[in-house]
Amino acid sequence: MQSAWQPTCSVAMLRLRARMLAKIRAFFLEKSVLEVETPLLSHTIGTDPNLAFFATDYDVPPRQQRLFLQTSPEFAMKRLLASGSGSIYQICKAFRNGESGRFHNPEFTLLEWYRVGFTLPQLMDEIAELIVSLFAEHNALTGVQRISYQAIFQHYTGLDALVFCYEDYCTYALTHQLPEAVSLCEHDHALWLDVLFSHKVQPYLGKNELCMVYGYPACQSSLARINADDARITDRVELFINGVELGNGFYELTDAIEQNQRFDNEIAQRQQNNLADVVKDERLIAALATGLPDCSGIAIGLDRLLMLLSKSASIDDVLSFSIDRA
Amino acid sequence: MASYSTNEFKAGLKVMLDNDPCAIIENEFVKPGKGQAFNRVKIRNLKTGRVIERTFKSGESLEGADVVEMDMQYLYNDGEFRHFMQPESFEQYQCDEKIVGDAAKWLKDQDMCTVMLWNDAPIGVTPANFVELTIVETDPGVRGDTSGGGGKPAKLETGAVVRVPLFVQTDEMIKVDTRTGEYISRVKE
Repeated sequence: MQSAWQPTCSVAMLRLRARMLAKIRAFFLEKSVLEVETPLLSHTIGTDPNLAFFATDYDVPPRQQRLFLQTSPEFAMKRLLASGSGSIYQICKAFRNGESGRFHNPEFTLLEWYRVGFTLPQLMDEIAELIVSLFAEHNALTGVQRISYQAIFQHYTGLDALVFCYEDYCTYALTHQLPEAVSLCEHDHALWLDVLFSHKVQPYLGKNELCMVYGYPACQSSLARINADDARITDRVELFINGVELGNGFYELTDAIEQNQRFDNEIAQRQQNNLADVVKDERLIAALATGLPDCSGIAIGLDRLLMLLSKSASIDDVLSFSIDRA
Repeated sequence: MASYSTNEFKAGLKVMLDNDPCAIIENEFVKPGKGQAFNRVKIRNLKTGRVIERTFKSGESLEGADVVEMDMQYLYNDGEFRHFMQPESFEQYQCDEKIVGDAAKWLKDQDMCTVMLWNDAPIGVTPANFVELTIVETDPGVRGDTSGGGGKPAKLETGAVVRVPLFVQTDEMIKVDTRTGEYISRVKE
């Protein structure tokens, strides 16, 4: 019987994690990508309405400041890029409030990297190279698949992800054991895509292979650029292995005005939904205004990667102390 | 009754869904990296026994269901209803065959069992894990066979039919696991 003082993972898992981290660092050293550190505790925070954050009080009498634990190191890393760092990577903790489950722990480890001058397809080449090499000595992947969001969505649901036809979406949900989607999603296209993709597409992606889905619908653009040739899609890629979402990459938005607009839209959405107040990162906007070099970047969840490498059923199995024992 | 948010959905929690009392079996947190968080919940309808899957937005809540499981003594069958009694309060409850369901074939007068009550009305009966019942009918076995291999069907006093070893005879009392319907041993009186 395990006691609460003991780690939730085995000692063998600690070794496997150390080995994975060493291999990642060797990979980037060889490619001359600079390892950096950025603050976990910051004055501002991402505005994404779907990410809940932790806030804390910084006591510097007589003043008191509110600081945020970062949901991702993205903004700080982009400020480094704008100041001429060149290609960089970071392995750090990130914090997302309320996220706990078989694949989620509110504190988790991210690998985030940015490649100056890379387009998204070029970054996808490098992602595949890294992931395939990490799996090689454990349970080698059988291949790498690249497919567009529209094609994979069509394949599994028969629906067009880029054109929202409410009646078609409802008919599909009612005839495919997901009738609750109709009341859950109403006329919200992005929400429909979240529900249908996570229930009916994602579980089948990347059977012992790396599946990279690109060309996300524009309504799910986040911090990616809108595609130059097709405004209905965005230059965003997601990684899946055995149905597990592993990472999310962008051809990064460099337009300060558009970034500012997206922040404001998200802040308005947060207010509409009575979500916690955020402080917009004006320093990121200022950095973009000065000039973010053309770059592509991706964040990969290393705890989930370790789960897949070791074929573990739960994130608790790969963490020294999951949140319940932290 | 209190209501419970998706974060509190744990296996065994009793909630109301579509006006029926249900028990949570499994609750999986589903969240796309850049999207809405959901909870995919496996849930058993306690009236029908049917298991369904249902997705909720994280943070949604369901009303709790006033469902309790109570140890009761099975009294008798009046032809239409079976009657049970809560031994401390002597309160009696009656259940029709639909509610008793499969448990009926293990119920012997005076035996203890578990009755599930929703708003104080029975919705299900579970027999004790192990029951001791007398064999009313089985083929005579071969004398001296104690190997237990093979076996033969035996009809019990409550109507259930179980496989027993060849050496077990009519009028003997045996112990049975009601969860698997398997013979465990003979009971020495």
